[in-house]
Amino acid sequence: MPVIAYRDALNQAIDEEMARDDRVFLIGEEVALYNGAYKVSRGLHDKYGDRRVIDTPISEEGFTGIGIGAAMAGLRPIVEWMTFNFSIQALDQVINNAAKMRYMSGGQFSVPIVFRGPNGPAEWLSSQHSQALDAIYSHVPGLKVISAATPYDAKGLLKSAIRDDNPVVMMEAELLYGAKGDVPTDEYLIPLGKADIKRPGREVTLITFGKVVHMVLAAAEALAQDGIDAEVIDLRSLRPLDEAAIVASVAKTSRCIVIDEGWPIASVGAYVAWLVSHRCFDRLDAQVELVTSEDIPMPYNHQLELAAQPSVDKILAAVEKVLYL
Amino acid sequence: MAKSDAKKKTQYGPEFLKGLLEGMLLIRRFEEKAAQMYGLRKIGGFCHIYIGQEAIAVGAAAAIDPARDYIMTAYRDHGHALAASMDPKVVMAELYGKITGCSRGKGGSMHLFDVERHFYGGHGIVGAHIPLATGVALKIKYRGEKGVILCFFGDGAVHQGSFHEALNMAGVWKLPVVYICENNWYGMGTDYRRVSAVHDLSSLASSYNMPGKQVDGMDAIAVFENIKEAVAAVRTESQPSLLELRTYRYMGHSMSDPGTYRTKEEILKQKEQDPILILKNKMTADGVLAEDDYQQMDKRCKQAVAEAVDFAEASEMPAIETMYEDVFK
Repeated sequence: MPVIAYRDALNQAIDEEMARDDRVFLIGEEVALYNGAYKVSRGLHDKYGDRRVIDTPISEEGFTGIGIGAAMAGLRPIVEWMTFNFSIQALDQVINNAAKMRYMSGGQFSVPIVFRGPNGPAEWLSSQHSQALDAIYSHVPGLKVISAATPYDAKGLLKSAIRDDNPVVMMEAELLYGAKGDVPTDEYLIPLGKADIKRPGREVTLITFGKVVHMVLAAAEALAQDGIDAEVIDLRSLRPLDEAAIVASVAKTSRCIVIDEGWPIASVGAYVAWLVSHRCFDRLDAQVELVTSEDIPMPYNHQLELAAQPSVDKILAAVEKVLYL
Repeated sequence: MAKSDAKKKTQYGPEFLKGLLEGMLLIRRFEEKAAQMYGLRKIGGFCHIYIGQEAIAVGAAAAIDPARDYIMTAYRDHGHALAASMDPKVVMAELYGKITGCSRGKGGSMHLFDVERHFYGGHGIVGAHIPLATGVALKIKYRGEKGVILCFFGDGAVHQGSFHEALNMAGVWKLPVVYICENNWYGMGTDYRRVSAVHDLSSLASSYNMPGKQVDGMDAIAVFENIKEAVAAVRTESQPSLLELRTYRYMGHSMSDPGTYRTKEEILKQKEQDPILILKNKMTADGVLAEDDYQQMDKRCKQAVAEAVDFAEASEMPAIETMYEDVFK
């Protein structure tokens, strides 16, 4: 099986779906002639031309809204935000227009669109360019929200998102674009709304999503060295959430830690932790723990920014609590 | 401002002119009834009445081909919906929040839609639909179609970033869209001259390499002719444009607006420029409208509105479980 980078898996997904359906097009800043700020769209402008790979001015609200209008009229746009930090400029378009158009029109319109780009902390960027905004989008009914940790998931999820008839927000990560992984040559799709067991285990459930999946897997390996068998659940889809997979895992392990690189208050992790407490109350042998970023804007200094985020040590400390070690 | 010459006899046939007049009269009678029903608490929330601005929606709708063209507007949308041939019954039922409303009681006054008639809403955030309409224009061009979209908004919307971002991209990509600013003088309670660095809003077009023009928005024929011309420029030269239609609303911003920011004298003076009277007087002077024709026309409009109210009254409330429907396809 070919081993390719995360950015190339996304590129394959976009390329294959554009080849399959003329209604699919890519629009955003630097996506065409520059081949993408993070090279996700490399080669696509050469292949598909100005009509289907569209460079925009730096006008996030404008081109996001243009994508939504085009989707209302029957096209299937992929809107690339150079980063999710800039998506905040377009938040009104996503929350008030994309998410609600079908509802407010009594089902007359649908908005088949994908919004995607890098989200979450990166390195040496300070507060405005390094933050996880999963919770903001996951809060909104009418949106689907996905987060891919591996090249395999990135390709399969993005292809499903492009084919979905609803607005889908796909959270990627700058620090994942170079990550390599197996991606089959044959076409495959990963359904939205399905979590993935990234590591099966019996004694404690670690629930997470996105880039942090890799850190959590490293923590699980460290636990294995100490004879503790952890299960790692990658949510992959934050909305809709795969409640069945969460409940089944915790029913088996009776212990749960949720790891989210966002801020703690009103976060995806906080909701999942509540869900586990609520749905698995009788099965739990310990309180549910939540590991998140610190409740502060991201500092620039590298030591500080690492200290502000979840870490293997923080995860191991939480495991010790739920196992009463 | 492009004022049409009231003394010049119009080149248009009587049936066309009667269509414009009856279109305006239907909106007037519908809006009067909507205001009345709001007072009776049959209609709630924010309800923005279009009285005074009828010439714009009606003149504009007459200038396009509904089979291939599109209309999108903001929240003062009852007039545009009716001008786009939506059934007054489903519009009134939507105002009532009934299941028979065009949006199944989920949109209300500000969110009327009719996908079949290419009426793309009905949008509640000032200026935020301008990129949407521009996106519909992108679709028209992308698919190689011949259509155009008319994008309506008020004088308050031109100071939103969304307006400038969208017009810039439409200018760069030569998208098939006519931007129509209905300048009714007040963004809610604020005289537009207090918050706009330029008083000729059509001049904003110059930043985006497109023509801008002021038009008398109280004259349905002038509206029709100027929008027809702007649409032709889209079809033949792929040239988007911005029209500022000078108009005036006779009622408050919404039903809850006491209107203390303007004088009774100002409103009375503006009512001398009533778009319905302007066209009616012109047609009468030209000998193409008898008073009896007008009375018959008015009777038909009142009847259509009465039937719309009856329909809305008789319709069922949406069942509670319908609130979970229409979130996802």
